[in-house]
Amino acid sequence: MSKHVKDLVVTAVEKLRDDYAVIHLHDPAATLPEILPGQFVEVRVDHSPNTFLRRPISINEVDINKNEFSLLVHAVGEGTKAMLALKPGDKLNCLYPLGHGFTIPEGSGRQLLLCGGGVGTAPLLYYGRRLKEAGHEPTFLLGGRSARDLLQLDQFEQYGRVCCTTEDGTYGEHGRVTDHSVLKSQTFDAVATCGPMPMMQAVARWASSLNLPCEASLENLMACGLGACLCCVVKTIDNHNICVCQDGPVFNTQQLQWQK
Amino acid sequence: MAKVNVNIGDGLQLKNPVLTASGTFGYGLEFADLIDLGRLGGIIVKGTTLNPREGNDYPRMAETPMGMLNCVGLQNKGAAYFCSEIYPKIKDLDTNVLVNVSGSSPEDYAECAAMMAQLDNIPAIELNISCPNVKDGGMAFGVTCEGAASVVKAVRKAYNKTLIVKLSPNVTDIASIARAVEDEGADAVSLINTLMGMHIDIRRRRSVLSIGTGGLSGPAVRPVAVRMVWQVAHAVKIPVIGLGGIMTAEDAIEFLMAGATAIEVGTANFIDPCASVKIAEGINRWLDEQGVADVHDIIGAAW
Repeated sequence: MSKHVKDLVVTAVEKLRDDYAVIHLHDPAATLPEILPGQFVEVRVDHSPNTFLRRPISINEVDINKNEFSLLVHAVGEGTKAMLALKPGDKLNCLYPLGHGFTIPEGSGRQLLLCGGGVGTAPLLYYGRRLKEAGHEPTFLLGGRSARDLLQLDQFEQYGRVCCTTEDGTYGEHGRVTDHSVLKSQTFDAVATCGPMPMMQAVARWASSLNLPCEASLENLMACGLGACLCCVVKTIDNHNICVCQDGPVFNTQQLQWQK
Repeated sequence: MAKVNVNIGDGLQLKNPVLTASGTFGYGLEFADLIDLGRLGGIIVKGTTLNPREGNDYPRMAETPMGMLNCVGLQNKGAAYFCSEIYPKIKDLDTNVLVNVSGSSPEDYAECAAMMAQLDNIPAIELNISCPNVKDGGMAFGVTCEGAASVVKAVRKAYNKTLIVKLSPNVTDIASIARAVEDEGADAVSLINTLMGMHIDIRRRRSVLSIGTGGLSGPAVRPVAVRMVWQVAHAVKIPVIGLGGIMTAEDAIEFLMAGATAIEVGTANFIDPCASVKIAEGINRWLDEQGVADVHDIIGAAW
């Protein structure tokens, strides 16, 4: 799977909230390469003088017909804030597609639980669609502090059952994702998670208690995105440092030191 | 078309003065999808030590104004792994492949260098006596004339191809260190390695980096690097390779005019993976525009 670095054209910036937007990117010159769910883009943020390095952003959805993909961006720092100020027609320099994605199981009819929180729900949308297209049945379990933190629910509903939790009880079940009743009422074949580290670790512990395979997508601080600088490492169960950008960002959680 | 080929000592011919800096370009293959590696003067691969090293814990980097800090700490799988697993994949690239060699004693620097000497398609090594991120060795050797000389002396006996010594800027007088390694038979010096720095997360009241300090690179260090290249080029007769925050061809030309015979592109590879090739092309274009027939005509032009 070859990597590319090029200026893509912004076709739309869909504001989901003041600080969240979906940025649609189109390649006018060439057909997009194959993009797997869980892969990410290293975005060069121009017009942001204090942003020196690229920003790794996971791919939210891919639209082959429009030759577009989209990024769900949470404006937390200067770089991501500058991204939210993009307008249709602007160019965005992207290095992509990077890393290894989530597993799409062989066969069909597999029940997968896709557990996300915050901006970490981004890759689960594309993953959910690909799972459904492959004949599997994804269930989305999405958590937030409050109702306003739950994004793209209508889109998730197109691909499977959507279960939600909020810490303040304003939407879905009150509590955290690992408190949700669906974990007791339904059985699953595999679990995938992306979001805040404590959430992913809690999900991985739950999956491990039921001997379910669990994949997690990490978002370590990163420079090159290509496995060259060795900055974004995570420790494996056998105590080696491996790159999130190149060996991940999706890992089987049994590979990591999370159970220790 | 201006002539852009340069030689480093007798044994290293570069088709152009652009090398990629160790630790910023992996083994070259990571960038092979994105650029034609054959358009580079050479690639200096990730720092290699005799024995495998896991490096430091995460977090290993922090973004800083016009630059970044890193404390990777020489993570690599060791010299034997390099020779058996990596070298076969890169030995036939259409460019010079150089190995950056590090160690924790003069003896293991020499042993690692001797292993590299056996590899026919590695025409030169860059001796890293300037890594700020390891406790054992690394920069400890590079900050005194005696330490630097002791490593070069040991390696020189074990390695008869082109020997480049990468110098630390974290010293009082870099020119005297350069002279010390020249006296022990180094064929060239490269400078600067990263400047030691620190970034504190004021909310957590802790350094961002796992080991507290790290090495600063990027355009933030460039004026320091140009000044040091100028000083060292005046102090030694062997070629100087300049690096430190080079992002564009114009930046590279500044180093050449300060007295560098070649340059290395480092942190820029993270911002634009095509930076090294663009810089090589840009030097060519600039020389043509200026009516300069040979890159040698601008080396030291600012003296």
